[in-house]
Amino acid sequence: MLGIASPELALAYVLCLAASVLCVVYGIIKWNDTGVLSMELQDSAKEDE
Amino acid sequence: MTIKIILALVYLVIVFWLAFKGWRETRQASDYMLAGRQMHPFVMAMSYGATFISTSAIIGFGGAAGMFGFPLLWLTVLNIFVGVFIAFVFFGKRTRRMGVTLDAHTFPELLGLRYQSRFIQGFAGLIIFLFIPIYAAAVLIGICRMIEVNLEIPFAHALLGFTVILAVYVITGGLKGVMYTEAFQGSLMFAMMLVMLVFAYSSLGGVTEAHQALTDLAPHMPENLKAGGMLGWTQGAQLGSPLWLVIYTTLVWGVGVGVLAQPQLAVRYMTVNSDRELNRAVLFGGVFIVAMTGIAFVVGALSNVIFFQSQAFAGKVAIQAAGGNMDKIIPVFVTDIMPEWFGVLFLLAMFAAAMSTLASQYHAGGTSLGRDFYEKGMGAQVSDPLKVNRATVGIIIIITTIWAWVLPPSIIAKATAFFFGLCAAAFLPCFFLGLYWRGVTRAGAMVSMVGGFIISAFYLLFVHSAESAPLGLCQAMFGVDSLALLAEKGSALWKLQFVDPNIVAMPISFALAFLVSLASAKLPKEHLDFCWKRL
Repeated sequence: MLGIASPELALAYVLCLAASVLCVVYGIIKWNDTGVLSMELQDSAKEDE
Repeated sequence: MTIKIILALVYLVIVFWLAFKGWRETRQASDYMLAGRQMHPFVMAMSYGATFISTSAIIGFGGAAGMFGFPLLWLTVLNIFVGVFIAFVFFGKRTRRMGVTLDAHTFPELLGLRYQSRFIQGFAGLIIFLFIPIYAAAVLIGICRMIEVNLEIPFAHALLGFTVILAVYVITGGLKGVMYTEAFQGSLMFAMMLVMLVFAYSSLGGVTEAHQALTDLAPHMPENLKAGGMLGWTQGAQLGSPLWLVIYTTLVWGVGVGVLAQPQLAVRYMTVNSDRELNRAVLFGGVFIVAMTGIAFVVGALSNVIFFQSQAFAGKVAIQAAGGNMDKIIPVFVTDIMPEWFGVLFLLAMFAAAMSTLASQYHAGGTSLGRDFYEKGMGAQVSDPLKVNRATVGIIIIITTIWAWVLPPSIIAKATAFFFGLCAAAFLPCFFLGLYWRGVTRAGAMVSMVGGFIISAFYLLFVHSAESAPLGLCQAMFGVDSLALLAEKGSALWKLQFVDPNIVAMPISFALAFLVSLASAKLPKEHLDFCWKRL
């Protein structure tokens, strides 16, 4: 496939691109997901102390 | 030559100007983290990329791909899936929350606070201080080989000159995580790699045609590589052969997984303000890594055909064109095959790759020695932490330069893999379990970390022939270069000399953490509740 003799190495070639696409899709879906802010974590930790 | 040097100087002026600009703005901002949060996503993206990727990845591992071919693409798969996706999503978010809650400033400090142990912090700091210079030296050798080939400056002069420039850069604001500089550097790297890919494929007539030409070159694989099990650059290595073990256990697995426990990367998770930065970094990182290591490995492999067909190197494959030094394959390819204008810009892109990564390595090494080992581990009273930090960074720079001077040729990929493997064996179990399992105890973490380190060290000194032979201790004590040589030649035990230490040490380290934790005293419930409060 793609001129690459070994099927497993052709698979690696395709998976490089697939893994990259996975990262792009994840980043787009979670683009504005902030979770708990670090400043809130610091304040919360100080309260406990 | 004059134009090359002038362009290099122009580049350095831009970098220092941007570093100064960022440093001044950071000092004026009331909140350093807020300044980072307001950065344009493009600036953020390119800066992440510049710190992820170094000359080790492009020149060292690109050279390895020139020698071994497409099997290295499995490392790119792991770089993206493990080094970006799993690292940021499953390690990064929890590390940020736990790290900020515990007020940890370094990776060893995170471990020390999680397990309430000064020993763990000090020991982790000591390991990083002792061994990160070897990894940093690999990055330094990468840029110096490029300077040596492209500017025809002797390696020793390049080493000293670049170290001086870098020391000034680190002092003038490189440590502040100046994102303008890194964004400029990242953009340059990204553009140069794309040009290199287009050049390689177009000069060989297209994607499939280029791969096919490389496939057809297999009969010209050097005899010593064939003897080690190599079949061809797109055919890979024979399953279980010595070179198959080197490629997959050391270069692919060791580096691909070891990235999860890299101290200079883990620190980054704790410096962002929210999960948003990490989510976006997954997107940018995924694209950037495939454009960096993916292209470096494809072009590294294809360089065999291009060298072979060229007039200057007719009939020679990459490792022969580079005079037998794997680390010179990419520099020679860029200098002697690519157009001259590209050689200059690529050199500057490698300056960028080396500077941003070395700055973070020096910083991680310096804080490990000063804060983690000396101040926390040894319990020393420090009145001026900034002064101590500067001194320890200076020590790391000197040690790194010495390593870069004494290490042999074809070492970049191996030295990088050594540090990544060591981090995986010593830190990954207690780091990962510390984030996900309340049941892991202080004793479990300590035994795992020390055990992982000792097993790695034993394996390096007495079994893994790539290190045990030159170090000579095994020869002095047992009369052989590796204990594996005592087994029947070709047997599974004999082949252990080619298996990377982390394949053995990391599972044992995980097992030690698990078993010792089951049998030892638990950490106080209030402390665990505190660690887990906002996870």
